[in-house]
Amino acid sequence: MTILALPARRHDLRMALIVARREIRDSFRDWRILVPIILLTVFFPALMNFTARRLVAFVENYGADIIATQLIPFLLLVVGFFPMSFSLIIALETFVGERERKSLEPLLSTPLTDFQLYMGKMLAALVPPLMASYLGMAVYMVGLRFSIGWMPTLPLFIQTVLLTTVQGVIMVAGAVIVSSQTTSVRAANLLASFIIVPMALLIQAEAAAMFWGNHAGLWWLILALSITALVLMRMGIRIFSREELMGNEIDQIRLGWIWGQFWARFSGRVENRPYLRPRAWYKETFAILPQLRLPIAVQLIAMLAAVIASVLVANQYPFSPDMQAEMTSENMVENLGYLQLLAGALPTFIFFNNVRVLLLQVLLGVFTFGVIGVFIFMLPWAIVGFAAAQFGLAGESASAFLLATIVPHALFEFPAILIAAAAALRWHATVISPPPNRTLSEGFIWASADYFRLFVGVVLPLLLVAAFVESYVTPAVMLRVFGG
Amino acid sequence: MIEAHGLGKTFDAFTAVHNLSLNVAEGELLALLGPNGAGKTTTVRMLGSILKPTTGTARVNGYDVVAEPHKVRHAIGMLTEQPGLYLRMSGLEYLLFYGRLYGLSDAAIKKRGLGLFERFGMIEAAERRLGTYSKGMRQKVGLIRSMLHSPNILLLDEPTSAMDPHSAKLVRDSIMELRDDKRAIILCTHNLAEAESLADRIAIIKQGTIVAEGETAVLKQQLLGPPQLEVRLDRPLNGQINDLDDIVAIEWMRGDTIRYRTEQPITANPELIRRLSGLGLGVVYLHVVADETGD
Repeated sequence: MTILALPARRHDLRMALIVARREIRDSFRDWRILVPIILLTVFFPALMNFTARRLVAFVENYGADIIATQLIPFLLLVVGFFPMSFSLIIALETFVGERERKSLEPLLSTPLTDFQLYMGKMLAALVPPLMASYLGMAVYMVGLRFSIGWMPTLPLFIQTVLLTTVQGVIMVAGAVIVSSQTTSVRAANLLASFIIVPMALLIQAEAAAMFWGNHAGLWWLILALSITALVLMRMGIRIFSREELMGNEIDQIRLGWIWGQFWARFSGRVENRPYLRPRAWYKETFAILPQLRLPIAVQLIAMLAAVIASVLVANQYPFSPDMQAEMTSENMVENLGYLQLLAGALPTFIFFNNVRVLLLQVLLGVFTFGVIGVFIFMLPWAIVGFAAAQFGLAGESASAFLLATIVPHALFEFPAILIAAAAALRWHATVISPPPNRTLSEGFIWASADYFRLFVGVVLPLLLVAAFVESYVTPAVMLRVFGG
Repeated sequence: MIEAHGLGKTFDAFTAVHNLSLNVAEGELLALLGPNGAGKTTTVRMLGSILKPTTGTARVNGYDVVAEPHKVRHAIGMLTEQPGLYLRMSGLEYLLFYGRLYGLSDAAIKKRGLGLFERFGMIEAAERRLGTYSKGMRQKVGLIRSMLHSPNILLLDEPTSAMDPHSAKLVRDSIMELRDDKRAIILCTHNLAEAESLADRIAIIKQGTIVAEGETAVLKQQLLGPPQLEVRLDRPLNGQINDLDDIVAIEWMRGDTIRYRTEQPITANPELIRRLSGLGLGVVYLHVVADETGD
C-alpha cells in the first residue's frame, strides 16, 4: 500500500507525528529548553510545596484553616501553568524560527499538507510542556500528601487537569498562529505578551472562583475555554499560508496601505475607477446584505435564546405584588406625560445612544472574535422579553405592551441593529475564517469597510428614522393603546 | 514532464515572474540561467508548489501545481536555494526524517542515503551532527535529500554553490547520471560554464521572463555570434598576412597568434590553413576560444 493510499486521517496523523517527533527530539537536545523544563518540573513544585506548608502553618495560628484549604488548589494551578507558559518559547519560534534558519523551504517542498505540518508543529510545541505540567503537578501533590496530608478531591483534580490542558492548548495555538504570521522571531516574542497577559488574568479569575468555592462555574469556564481552543486551532489552520511564510516582508504598520484598502472598498473606487454615483454606491452596498445570511441567522438565534431565557427568568423571579400593582395602563400614561418634557431632545438622545451602543459592540467584538458583540445584541432583547413577561405576570397584556412600546420604532430600529450586528460579526469572524485568496489583513480590512458602508448607508438612516418614531409616534401609539 | 504556460507571480506591486513558459521532457536538463533576482528561484518555487502562481498554469509530472500540490511535491526532489539543515541532527537522522515524509521505509532510506553519502565522499560524516559540516558538505546533504526518494523530476537551485572543484565535479556527474536515467531536471544557475556543460537546453531569464531559449550551441550562436577561433603559428607573422578578410573576420593578430570568427568554419578553416601553408607558415593548433560570461 503506497503512502498516498492510506486512509486520510491515519495518514494525516502519521505525517504530523513524524514532524512532531523530530521537533521534540530537537528541543530536548537544546539545553536551553531542557534545563528550564527540569527546573519547572522538579524544583518549582518543591518550592510551591514549601510555600503551601508555610501557608498552612501560618493561617493555623489564627484559626483560618479554610484560607489555606482554598488557596492550596490555586497553587496546584500555578504549578501547572508555569511549564505551559514556558511552552510559548517553543511555539513562538516554531515557524518563524525555521524561516530565519532557512530550513522552512525544504520542509514546504515535501508532500506534507498544511494540516499535517501545522498539527505536527502544534503537537511538538504542546506535548513536552504539557507533560512537564502534569509531572510538576504530580510532584506537588505527592509532596503535599506526605507533608500535610492534603489531596484534592476528584472533581477538583479533574478540573485542574482540564484547565491546565485547555489553557495550554490555547496558549500554544495562539503562539503558533503568531509564529506563522510574523516575519521574525523578535516580532513573535514581542507579541507573546498578548497571550501571556490574558492567560495570567484568567488564572487569577480561576483562583478567585476556587477560593470562593465556585466549582460549578469552573466547569462552564472549561467548556468556554475548550471552544476557544478549538476556534484558535481552526483559525490557525485556516489562515496558515505558505506564501506569507516564504514572503520577504518586514513586519510594519502600513497605514497608507490600510487606509487605501479601506477607502477603496468603502467608496467602491477599486482599481482606480471613478467614484461611484450615490445610486450605484447604494446598489453595491445592498449587494453586501446577502453575504450576511449566516451572521443574521446567528444573531436571530441569539436573540431568540435571550428572549426565551429572559421569559424563564421572569417566571422564576416575578416582581413583588407591590411592583406588579404599579404596572398598569394608567401608570404607563402618566409616565408618558413626564417624557413630553424631553420630547425635543429625545430623538437626538435616542439616536446617539443607539449609535454609541453599536460602536461599543464593534469595539469589544474585535478583541473577542465577535462574541461580546453578540452578547451586546442579545441584551436589549433580554430586557424586552423580561419586561414583557413581567407585564404578563402582572395581569396586563404582554402583546399590547410589545405592540405599543416596541413595535412602532422597532420596524426601523430592529433591521438597523440586526444588520449592524450581523455585519460586525462577519467582520470579527474574518480573523477565524478569512475569505479564500485573500490575506488575513485584506479580509479584515475589507470586512470592516463593508461594515462601515452598511453602517453609514443603511443603519444610520434607519436609526435616525427610528429615533423620531420612538420620540413622536410610539408615545402616540402607547396613548392610544393604554389611554383608551 | 514539466509544462508551464504564461506563468506569472506578483508580490504586492512587484512582479517577480511574468509570462514564463517552458517545457522539460523526460531525460532532459533545462538550465535556467540568469543573474541574481531574475526570477529563477520564484519560478522553481511555483513549479514545486511552494508558491501559487498569480497567472498562468503549470503541470509537473501530469499534476497541476495549484490543484494537486501534494502530488506534485511527492513527485519532485527539490534542492532549495539554502540547504536548510537541522544542525542538531546527524546526517543520517536528517535523511531518515525526510525519507519518512516521502513514505520510504527506514531500511530503504539508510541504504540509499548512505549510498549517496559514500558517492559524495562523506560516509564518515554520516553519524556526525550537521552543525559540524562545512558549507560544501551541507550543500551535498541538501542534494542527497532531494535525490533520496528517486523522484522523476528534480528542481535544483544552484547545486554546486559553495563547493570545491572536486565536489562540484562529483555533483555534476551525479546530475548527468540522473538525466541519463530519464529524469527531467531544471537547474538554476548563474554560471554559464556549468549550464553549458550540463544542460541540453538553456533558458535565459531576465527580470522575470525568458528572453532566450534553445540548445546551448544554437543559443550561443544566436546571442554571441559564431565562436571565436584561435590559430597558433610556428613563427611570428612579421607582416606576412595582409588580407584574409575574404575568408574569415580577423579580430586580432599578435605575434604568432591570430583570432578570428567565421560563419562557415567547415569551408573557411581549411582554406585558411591552405593560405597559411602557402605563405610558409605552419599551424601549431587551431581551437575555439571560450567566451566570457556576461549579461
